[in-house]
Amino acid sequence: MSSKTITAEEPVQFYDLDEHAHPEGHSTMLGFWIYLMSDCLIFAILFACFGVLGANYAAGPAPKDLFDLKLIALNTAMLLFSSITYGFAVLQMQMGKVRGTQLWLAVTGLFGLGFLGIELYEFYHLIEIGATPQRSAFLSSFFTLVGTHGLHVTFGVIWLVVLMIQLGKHGLIAANKRRVMCLSMFWHFLDVIWIGVFTIVYLMGVLR
Amino acid sequence: MTPHPAPEAGPFLGKLSFDALPFHEPILIVTFAVVVLGAIGVVGAITKFRLWGYLWNDWFTTVDHKRIGIMYMILGLIMFLRGFADAIMMRLQQVWAFNGSEGYLNAHHYDQIFTAHGVIMIFFVAMPFITGLMNYIVPLQIGARDVSFPFLNNFSFWMTAAGAALTMISLFVGEYAQTGWLAYPPLSGIAYSPSVGVDYYIWGLQIAGVGTTLSGINLIVTILKLRAPGMGLMKMPVFTWTSLCSNILIVASFPILTATLTLLALDRYVGTNFFTNDFGGSPMMYVNLIWIWGHPEVYILILPLFGVFSEVTSTFSGKKLFGYTSMVYATVCITILSYLVWLHHFFTMGSGASVNSFFGITTMVISIPTGAKLFNWLFTMYRGRIRFELPMMWTIAFMLTFVVGGMTGVLLAVPPADFVLHNSLFLIAHFHNVIIGGVLFGLFAAINYWWPKAFGFKLDVFWGKISFWCWVVGFWLAFMPLYVLGLMGVTRRMRVFDDPSLQIWFAIAALGALVIAAGIGAMLVQFAVSIWKRKELIDESGDPWNGRTLEWATSSPPPDYNFAFTPVIHDLDAWYDMKKRNHDRPVAGFRDIHMPSNTGTGIILSGFCLVMGFALVWHIWWLAALSFAAAIFGAIWHTFNYKRDFHIPAATVIEVESARTRQLAAGA
Amino acid sequence: MSADPHAAHGQVHGEIEMPHASMRDYLVGFVLSVILTAIPFWLVMERPLSTGATAAIIMILAAAQIVVHMVYFLHMTPKAEDGWSLTSLVFTVIVVVIMLAGSLWVMHHLNTNMMPQVHDTSQLP
Repeated sequence: MSSKTITAEEPVQFYDLDEHAHPEGHSTMLGFWIYLMSDCLIFAILFACFGVLGANYAAGPAPKDLFDLKLIALNTAMLLFSSITYGFAVLQMQMGKVRGTQLWLAVTGLFGLGFLGIELYEFYHLIEIGATPQRSAFLSSFFTLVGTHGLHVTFGVIWLVVLMIQLGKHGLIAANKRRVMCLSMFWHFLDVIWIGVFTIVYLMGVLR
Repeated sequence: MTPHPAPEAGPFLGKLSFDALPFHEPILIVTFAVVVLGAIGVVGAITKFRLWGYLWNDWFTTVDHKRIGIMYMILGLIMFLRGFADAIMMRLQQVWAFNGSEGYLNAHHYDQIFTAHGVIMIFFVAMPFITGLMNYIVPLQIGARDVSFPFLNNFSFWMTAAGAALTMISLFVGEYAQTGWLAYPPLSGIAYSPSVGVDYYIWGLQIAGVGTTLSGINLIVTILKLRAPGMGLMKMPVFTWTSLCSNILIVASFPILTATLTLLALDRYVGTNFFTNDFGGSPMMYVNLIWIWGHPEVYILILPLFGVFSEVTSTFSGKKLFGYTSMVYATVCITILSYLVWLHHFFTMGSGASVNSFFGITTMVISIPTGAKLFNWLFTMYRGRIRFELPMMWTIAFMLTFVVGGMTGVLLAVPPADFVLHNSLFLIAHFHNVIIGGVLFGLFAAINYWWPKAFGFKLDVFWGKISFWCWVVGFWLAFMPLYVLGLMGVTRRMRVFDDPSLQIWFAIAALGALVIAAGIGAMLVQFAVSIWKRKELIDESGDPWNGRTLEWATSSPPPDYNFAFTPVIHDLDAWYDMKKRNHDRPVAGFRDIHMPSNTGTGIILSGFCLVMGFALVWHIWWLAALSFAAAIFGAIWHTFNYKRDFHIPAATVIEVESARTRQLAAGA
Repeated sequence: MSADPHAAHGQVHGEIEMPHASMRDYLVGFVLSVILTAIPFWLVMERPLSTGATAAIIMILAAAQIVVHMVYFLHMTPKAEDGWSLTSLVFTVIVVVIMLAGSLWVMHHLNTNMMPQVHDTSQLP
């Protein structure tokens, strides 16, 4: 490598005399993606726990006794719809429409709240019939895995609200566009996690 | 501690009461008095010399990677003194408690000491030291002006500091865990550790862990996105490479620790059954999970120092590093392989032959790239003009010491041998051999090597050599007896001994610890003497060692913006290449430089997290909720601030650079 | 690296690199996701197949749906961020697979070896 450059006779440029500052936030998307990867590992641990401990019912209830697949299907639909509506928000943003972006973000948030409501109803129901997180290792890992996903959705909804306010204040400036895209990654990432949850926890659980 | 049952939790102060203060422990009372007096002295001095504004504006709220790096190093040094005090106390107890004597520490106190020693040395000494080092050096080596996320960098530091502070608070309010540094359940579960010790452990590590993970993300992105033009991946300095791999390991393993400790916390606080003995829980799962984090952690610590040794060997041998490409591939191999060996920490737990042999073999395989690195360093030195400056001395001491530690490690990788040596002092000797001989010696090499870059003057050689010899001799004295004792079957964490024939070995080890103490003292003297004599030790050139990488291209200490013009890279050893081809340092045409602004948000948010951690430890629920909400609202509030940068005007740049030109001319 | 000093950053100055989304992408992704979600739910609720076959199919469909989400919703391409997004994803997947498979393997071994089971006493001396 060095021999090639050294033999050249023309003066070598050692400093970038005509440089431009890096555009603000040019690393944010990659940084946020790497953060999501680290978050992914947290979920991986919770899945590993569910995989190892998920059959330890301790003479308590098993998935078959507890899970209502219709409810889960409805919940999955909520998240799927919120994914496509977030997509619409991104498309509106690309067209430069603040109102449209905010509107679709709000719709996404409502679907997110619907998801959370159904999940809370499910948890409430389980705890009421005595299937508490303390009952068995299976229920501990179930509540923790699904609950951690739910907590993420909760923070996603809070972020949605904050972002809508910021869009209202400053419009579609570069920083806000970046935030819309970061939240988009976060939201779709939670969807991916949910695919794992409904398949491994609910469907495989009922099969067992 | 409460040998008596814990008092009922009240609504206002939770489990916290006057009983939590250690009035019955004279050692702690004295320590507390000394700490309080010292704190009053420091605070008084800062107030008297009106330094609060300076500290707040120039240090606490800074987003400059160089200052944050130095703060990390100071944090590491302070915690190192605490961790070493624990070590001396253990050595003293173990040599004392023979022939019917109980020693001077009761079991409750002793168990806290060995736990705190391990936790502090790994999380609050080694981690801040390497993070600080990477923070300071990496942006300079890649020709960047700062890291990718400067605010996050400040926040990460303060989260680490908050975790350390919470751990230190446990010394005087309540107690620390008595479980060993990894807090295995069921011992660390609520049934067997009902008091607050394990809670301090959990929340201290959780808070610091957030900082570590974020700083890992930050440095990865910095290395990937902010390299100077022309610096392809295979033209990156080796230290930057090893830092990249180390940070990848941080980001891919600290979440595992966070999740595992969260599950332990749920077991303790909510009553779930992940790691309990009842209701289907499995304590073995905790051991499995914690080591999936724990083994990569070992490589997180050592990889950056492998980079340091590479830089030092190459610089002080006056040669290009031998086998740069193989060094890079070895590093990447270690990064992946470090995820495939975790079970060797619990061969004895009862896995079958197939599992144990798989992990035994992977463990032996990972020693191959490490061995390749050693040969690369040796071949770099071969036929080089070696200058035996302090960094090079530490590097050679490392090579001699680390090889022994590595070989005992391979020995432990053989499952049948491990069945004999597991949890014995042989193991203790092994990992101290690699961590002191590798990580600490590497840090000392790095401090001696880069100190002139950070402060503009070299470190005193006389006291440096005293420190060096005390450390090396002390290390061998302190740990070789532990190998012997381990082979004789002495297990770790023992407080009292029955067999008087063992005492001599503990006496030698205690003597070694005292020699190390002299080495630490000499090092502190070295810093003080060097600061005192800084006019004599001054380095005007910015390149005191005839260095090869970019950090030596700028002044010492570097200006806020590091490089007035971003360097363009043509060769691996970029600065050596520039010197060889007589580059011209630009002296005109300076422009405004875009820089991030300081912010106090990081320290404030970390303060809230510290309060939250304390409240959670003591079950003060209202305070925990309040401080959690404050941290969340603080973070949201911060996102409403869109003006986070400013420009250093060209006039200032011209002023700084002209001063540099005069300095260089005077030195020439 | 190329001679152009700015090429290492792989982007035009002043503009932040962002994935470009299109209506078509989102709709294709949505339709595929609905199909890939509906089939496993139907399989498990109606049970037309054996348990083993059902389990295998729903796992495969889940993996397929994850890929669909990555491509159509997260706009994952080999070129995004100079390939670093994909590289980090692949690395994470490797670590996750090692961790999940390893934990299951290790814990299975520990359970079978260490569980207090009723031993066949006739084998004891």
